[in-house]
Formats: sequence, structure tokens, C-alpha cells
Amino acid sequence: MFALPVNAGKRFSRRQLTLLMESVVLSESAPTAQSEPSQVDTYLPDAPLVTIKPSGSWVSLGLHDIWVYRELLYFLIWRDVKVRYKQAALGILWVILQPLLSTLILTVFLGKLARVPSDGLPYALFVYAGLLPWTFFSAAVTGSGNSLVGSSHLITKIYFPRMIIPGAAVGARVVDFGVGFLNLVGMMIYYRVGITKSILVLPFIIALTTLLALAVGMCASAVNVKYRDVGVILPVLIQLWMFASPVMYPSSIVPGRFEWIYRLNPLTGILDGFRSSLFGQEIDWAALAISTGFTIALLVYSAYSFRRMEKYFADIV
Amino acid sequence: MKPIIKVDQLSKQYRIGRRQGSHPTLRETIAGAVRSPIKGLRERRRAETIWALKEVSFEIMPGEVVGIIGRNGAGKSTLLKVLSRITEPTTGRIELYGRIASLLEVGTGFHPELTGRENIYLNGAILGMKRTEIQSKFDEIVAFAEIDEFLDTPVKHFSSGMYMRLAFAVAAHLEPEILLIDEVLAVGDAAFQSKCLGKMGEVAKGGRTVVFVSHQMGAIAQLCKKALLLNHGGIEKQGDIQTVVSYYLNELSGTHLGFTGKDSDKDICITAAQAFDSEGRTKTHFSHDESIVLGLTYKINRWRPNSTMGFFVRDHRGRKVFTCNNPEWSRLGQNNKEVRVTAKIPVAFLVPGKYQFTFAVNQPNVGMIDWVEDVLPITIVDSGSEFSQYEGADYGCVFANCEWGS
Repeated sequence: MFALPVNAGKRFSRRQLTLLMESVVLSESAPTAQSEPSQVDTYLPDAPLVTIKPSGSWVSLGLHDIWVYRELLYFLIWRDVKVRYKQAALGILWVILQPLLSTLILTVFLGKLARVPSDGLPYALFVYAGLLPWTFFSAAVTGSGNSLVGSSHLITKIYFPRMIIPGAAVGARVVDFGVGFLNLVGMMIYYRVGITKSILVLPFIIALTTLLALAVGMCASAVNVKYRDVGVILPVLIQLWMFASPVMYPSSIVPGRFEWIYRLNPLTGILDGFRSSLFGQEIDWAALAISTGFTIALLVYSAYSFRRMEKYFADIV
Repeated sequence: MKPIIKVDQLSKQYRIGRRQGSHPTLRETIAGAVRSPIKGLRERRRAETIWALKEVSFEIMPGEVVGIIGRNGAGKSTLLKVLSRITEPTTGRIELYGRIASLLEVGTGFHPELTGRENIYLNGAILGMKRTEIQSKFDEIVAFAEIDEFLDTPVKHFSSGMYMRLAFAVAAHLEPEILLIDEVLAVGDAAFQSKCLGKMGEVAKGGRTVVFVSHQMGAIAQLCKKALLLNHGGIEKQGDIQTVVSYYLNELSGTHLGFTGKDSDKDICITAAQAFDSEGRTKTHFSHDESIVLGLTYKINRWRPNSTMGFFVRDHRGRKVFTCNNPEWSRLGQNNKEVRVTAKIPVAFLVPGKYQFTFAVNQPNVGMIDWVEDVLPITIVDSGSEFSQYEGADYGCVFANCEWGS
């Protein structure tokens, strides 16, 4: 049967293929060499499932698509977290130690030596409650800002809503934040700081921080695809942003006539709000409203411009 | 029947920047815009563009397995990228009437630090599988990849073969209605390749619509029934696989005139050599199941009665594959005559590859009368041989076609 008839390579090869498949997948009875693959009557929908055409200048946000791919978002977050905790020798311990060490240094130099005020709270607790959301924010922005460039191997090989990539980078930092938050709870118990009902605002503030990080990160990641030096500039800008935000000092040290400018920084409302809701102080609703408005506006702008830039990612990344 | 893929007037334009490969920096762009705002605009307008795809229209019916062939740069990969929504078309439209999955690479998104188990889930999700779907196929995937004992080892410790096996195993268990595949068969060892090919064949038989891009003509010919030949971004030919493949081979051959020697004053000299297919067309590219006819022209100035004439074939590794003498030669002897002989190399004898011929006229124990070395390069292309899954591997010089018994 292996004698090759003249000009019958095609038939021969199909028979060969059948033999091959039998040995591999142990399929049901082997079809004869002449049998054609059966045409299966596939039910086809009347309207196309997907229509691919050039997008105009007005694009939709594609939220439905993101919902369809929500499991991918989950797996990418899971991958980021898993890989990070696996690679570091100290693993989860590092996530706990890093802010604690920063807190220790800052408490010694700023709290004790420079005597930076802390709104009547122990400086260590004060600064940790600022560092925790700040670290989350800056890590999320840096991570998502570099995420698209870092995922070029995915972008050029497979389709999925691209927003998932910066989204997952932010999501992965939420896990770190959660771990760091347990520390904070421990410190509050140690310093005997009780909570009041203003703690109810806390989930909203955390969500706001996440959305702001997503908005900034998404925008930075898209620009980074086109202009690669954004990845270098970004950490510098973030560093500057920290000094302009109430992380290591309370916003109460800002003189009254400059207060309104200081409040324009969306992180002022967020960081102050974070501390106030934790420690039962009076919440600065005006600053929080500015932060919320800014976050929503930036998020909408970022999302739309991301969608508009998205179409050339695969070509230039 | 209604098509499952409908491509209408599809075009894709790429802009080729002045500095290809490097990315502009924000600093340069801002500095440039500040320094000379008008120049920047002008340059932008002048930027060169190429059409990677130009007004491509075709339809694919449900259950069809279509191969896309063409030279490098013909637009095959671009077409696949547009079809799989990785990049947007410039103009035109595609309608897909089924769920689509694309495999432009196996192991997309594999992370070296994660274990085999973890990567199966991650890669599955990236390829568009639901978690429940991966869970239900998990054992099957592991069995197909043959990596059971290393399931909880980070894949960075995997051998490259194991890595590719795992990657392919996940991909092979995708169940979309339309599957786009690019060159993924070139993975792993030969045994695994044949297994992949088997799995692909199974996919194709399951009524799935498959669009397959490959340089391996053998794999294309084995799996596909229809083909689409792209050239310079447009469709040059479409139809059933045999027609398109042989058209492509003819086209690759171009108008090659073969070897033409100088008319010298030697007693006997070789003046021309050409390679024809069975229909008498000069070609350089032959299908492996096509006969090759050599047409040789000799000029006999002074006949040498004891001379012999023959040729030998060398493959691209420089190995001499066979030597063949013409037993009829002595009959042809006559002074001042031009002699034309043909030699037919049997069908499916030389394995796919590149060959060159050396022609000689010799008088044994006296010396060479005339010879030309390593001329008439030909290429034999696999168009679906029994060894097509080993394409590129060295499995010998000839197809033996032994008669097996038991």
C-alpha cells in the first residue's frame, strides 16, 4: 500500500494522515482513503458576530468586550501577583517590610528630628497611613504606564481588549494594598486608635484612588507605546507628585491663602480623606469632591484616547 | 451556502517612517515641534507608505480549510493579523459569522516563572478559553503534552521541546468555529510535529473552518483543500490546492532558460541544459510528485567512439545523490552534428530540496572530453509527501518506496 502511484501524492498523503491520527488520538474506525472530510452543516447567524472595519474618529469604549474578557483580566492580575511574590526571595514578607522600613526611617528623621507635625497622631501611624495609599497609587501608575510596552509579545500576537493590560497592572497592586492594609490595622490597634462611622467613606476613597491610578496609568501606557521616553519620565513626575501631596506632612501646614491651589491636586483630597476616615477626623468634602470630579473627567478622557490610539498599538509597539 | 468569513475590499497601509525600528521620543517630538513647527507637518505628509494588502476580497465557507501561500512580504501575515483583529484595516471590511481564535504563535503569554499547571490556565485565558473550559480539558491537555511529572515545575526549567509541547497542547484544544493558524507547525521534534499535524487534521475534519498560513508547502498541501495565493498584497490566484500550488511553483520558476554553454572546439561539447516538466515547460521549481525532464544539447565536432555521456546530481549539502549514464549514447555518434537527448528523473524520487547538476562527456581511461559543473539549479518542493511533517529535516536523499511485507 505504500507504493506511490504516479501523481497521486495527494491521495496518498490523506491516507497517511488518517493513519497518523489513528495512532495519535485513537479515533473511531478509520475512514477509507477516499472518504472526504464530512461537511458539517454549521448553523450560521444572520448577522456577523464580528465585523472588522476601520474605526472612525469616534469610538465606543468597548465595555462589553471587556466584560467578555473579564476572566483574562483576572488571570493577568493573578499572574502579576503570583510572579512577583514568587520571584522575591522574601516573598510576601517584603510587601510588609518595605513600607514599615520607610515608616521607621521617616519617623526618625522627619517625625523626631525635623519635628514635622502630624495632626495630633503618632507620626509613625500618620506617615504609614499616607505611605500606604501613596505607594499603591505610584506603583499602580508606574506599573500600568509600562504595561503595554512590556506586553508587546501579547499585543502583536493575539486580540483582546487592550485596556485589560493597564487594568490588570493596577489590579495587581490592589492585592499589595490589601496586605499593607493589614499592617495598618495592626498599627491602629497598637496605638489604640478607635474607628468612627466615618470609616464608611474608606471604601469609596480606595475605589477613587484605584480609578485615578487607572486613569493616569492608562493614559501614560498609551503614550508610552509611541514615545518610549515616557517610561523614564514617569517615575520622575511621580516622585515630584509625592512632594506636592500630603504624604509625609499634613496638608494643614499649607498656608490658608494657598490652600485652594493645594486642593487642586486630586491626591490631596484622596490622601487627607483616607486619613480622616480612618482616624475619625472631619472629612474635607470639598477637596474630596474636587478629587472625584478630576478622576471621573480624566478617566473618561483617558479611556477614549486609549481607544483611539489602540488601533496602532500592534503596528508600532 | 453562506460564507463564514467574508472579506470585502480589504486594504492595509503601513507608514514607513524615516527611522525604521527606533521609536521617536517625546522629548525629540516636542523639541522638533518647537524648533520648526511647519517642517514637522510637512515631513508627516511626506512619510512613505506601503500597501501591505490591497483590495483583497474573498469568501470562505464553513468547514473549509484554506491555505494562504505567497512569497515573503506578499501580505500573508498582515492578512492574518487583520483577520485576527490584532491590527485594524485601513479600508474595507470583514464579516465573521463564527467565533474566531487565532494562533499566530504557540505559547503566547507563557511566563517562565509559573509552573506548567499555571501556564495552562494563563495561556488558555489569553487564547480566549473560559476557565471552566480549561478545567474540563485540563487532563487532556496534560496528556497531549506528555508532561505529567513536570506539571508543578516552573516552565523555565523545561527543555525547549517540553515547552513547545505544552504550548501546542493548550492551543490544540481550542474549539472556535474559525481557527487562524500561522506557522505553528514548526515546533518540537519530528515525532511531536507529526502529532500536531494529526491534531490539526482532526480539527479540520471536525467541520471547523481553518485558515492556515505557512511556508511549508507540504503541510499546506496535506491539510488544506483550497488555497489563496497572495502577491504584492493582492490575491493572485485562488482555488483548489493543487491548482494554486502548481501555479505558484510555475510562477516561482519564472522564465528560466537553463544552462547555455559556449560552442567550443572540443571534440564533443555540451551547449545547453534545461529542466522541463512533463508538459514541456522550462521550470526551476518542481513539485516532488512531478517528473523532471532534463533536455541536453551536445555539439559533436569529432565523434569519439568509446565516449560515454552522463550526469550526476548534488544536493544543497554537496552530497552526490546519484550518477546516471546514457546507454544510448554510442548510437548517436556522428561527426559535425548537434545531438539532443532527454533524461527523465522519475516521479517522487528526489526528496524536496535544492539540487544542481554536473554534466559530462568522458572517454574512460583517456580523460574528460567536456564537462560543466554544478549548473541548472532546481528546487523540489514538498506538496504533500508522506514526509511533509519533517520538512526541513534531513531524512535522506531519495524516496525509497520500499515494498513492505508482513
